[in-house]
Amino acid sequence: MTDAAYNFAYLDEQTKRMIRRAILKALAIPGCQVPFASREMPMPYGWGTGGVQLSAAVLVPEDRFKVIDQGADDTTNAVSIRKFFERTAGVATTTRTADATVIQTRHRIPETPLAEGQILVYQVPIPEPLRFLEPRETETRRMHALGDYGLMHVKLYEDIARHGHVSAAYAYPVMVEGRYVMDPSPIPKFDNPKLSGCPAIQLFGAGREQRIHALPPYTNVVSLDFEDHPFEASKPEHPCALCGATESYLDEVITDDRGTRMFVCSDTDFCTSRRDAALEAAQ
Amino acid sequence: MTPILSVRTLSKSYGPRLGCRGVSFDLWPGEVMGIVGESGSGKSTLLGCLAGHLAADAGQVIFDTRSHGPRDVLAMAEPERRALSRSEWAFVHQHARDGLRMGVSAGGNVGERLMAAGARNYGAIRGAAQDWLARVEIDPGRIDDRPSAFSGGMQQRLQIARNLVTGPRLVFMDEPTGGLDVSVQARLLDLLRGLVRDMGLSAVIVTHDLAVVRLLADRLMVMKSGEVVEQGLTDQVLDDPQHGYTQLLVSSVLAA
Repeated sequence: MTDAAYNFAYLDEQTKRMIRRAILKALAIPGCQVPFASREMPMPYGWGTGGVQLSAAVLVPEDRFKVIDQGADDTTNAVSIRKFFERTAGVATTTRTADATVIQTRHRIPETPLAEGQILVYQVPIPEPLRFLEPRETETRRMHALGDYGLMHVKLYEDIARHGHVSAAYAYPVMVEGRYVMDPSPIPKFDNPKLSGCPAIQLFGAGREQRIHALPPYTNVVSLDFEDHPFEASKPEHPCALCGATESYLDEVITDDRGTRMFVCSDTDFCTSRRDAALEAAQ
Repeated sequence: MTPILSVRTLSKSYGPRLGCRGVSFDLWPGEVMGIVGESGSGKSTLLGCLAGHLAADAGQVIFDTRSHGPRDVLAMAEPERRALSRSEWAFVHQHARDGLRMGVSAGGNVGERLMAAGARNYGAIRGAAQDWLARVEIDPGRIDDRPSAFSGGMQQRLQIARNLVTGPRLVFMDEPTGGLDVSVQARLLDLLRGLVRDMGLSAVIVTHDLAVVRLLADRLMVMKSGEVVEQGLTDQVLDDPQHGYTQLLVSSVLAA
């Protein structure tokens, strides 16, 4: 199926080298946003151009590739990116988290614990955690350089003052190794604890904003909070309607026009494998 | 006793244009220094250089820090200077909008310096914010309102609360009463005078309003064309001006 007109994984080798250099720098300074010369990709901004460039730069022909979008393997974004690399790189693909060596994700971390040797690539819309508090890029860079993060807590303070609790449910800011405040891309805050001490390499790519940041394996990541309002990894208080899991993150699905709804695992691979296992046990 | 702020031959020019030249003075703990002069005389430039907002061309600004004793602020690294400006200094802008975060509630505005200094207890931060709102005569019930919902005088008082919450020792004020109507000015001045006396603050106040310095300042410095032309005790300078420009300034005040 490989289209011979393209270089392996679409990008030319010089571009991949440039991106790999940025990745190495980002890994050397966990949580620091490293600029890179983001290329035009054959998909619109907001569809994962940053993540696709990172995947293209780290893929080798022996890899097995998995793409998820909000946890699901079968949504438009996930299917088209998977197809893209099947066609331009000819790599094997999978939906099973444990089998994959490179996983590109939009807004979720798989429920199945990741292992050493895996790479998790995030698609990031806005990498700057301070952006909506301080619009000037020159000023946010200076704040990162000086570790001047009082403003980040002002945002959490405002949330508590207005809602009684920190209402940010996704893109919840984290402190990386006590140095850089990082936006973990819009993953639900339920996933935040999985960032810390993860054995896999985690790469974050923002195509439009031209930034790469990264967490090397076993990095200490702490979600920001107040002493009297500690961080809480919240999720809907339901079991999955399909597999019965109580510890996974759930999507709310509206099933008719009379307000009937069900809660199902957002991680489709996790849910399917649990149902398959239950089915096997029953037989 | 060491002066809290000791300025030596401070100069700053904007290319060929002069900002201020050869300014030297000592500010003692608990003292309020007024700087007056016409527009363009270098008052704000001088204040900006003292507070580290502008890079001075030459001279020294030696501040008596709490932890390390007298240090030259201009020779400090940026992180150190920022830490200093958060903890031991305060800067009150002429326009409250420059000194406040307009999109953040009053409580958040007051709490920002505390959080930047490492406070991580929501209840304590909120308590301090409420306390400070009361001290600057803002109803603590308005703690969750945004500054844009406040009147000009309230915004200015909120800015003062936000600056003083970390218990600074030195306050820089750039025309704190500019743009406010006369009755609001009077209240603000009363409030400032009370806070300065209660907290034992030292202050440098830039203004062109002689009534403000008469009320607040112990000592007065008169600037013209970037240079200090006369300095001394406030009453002495205002009642017996020696320099021609000061005489002009004093005589041009309209009697109400």
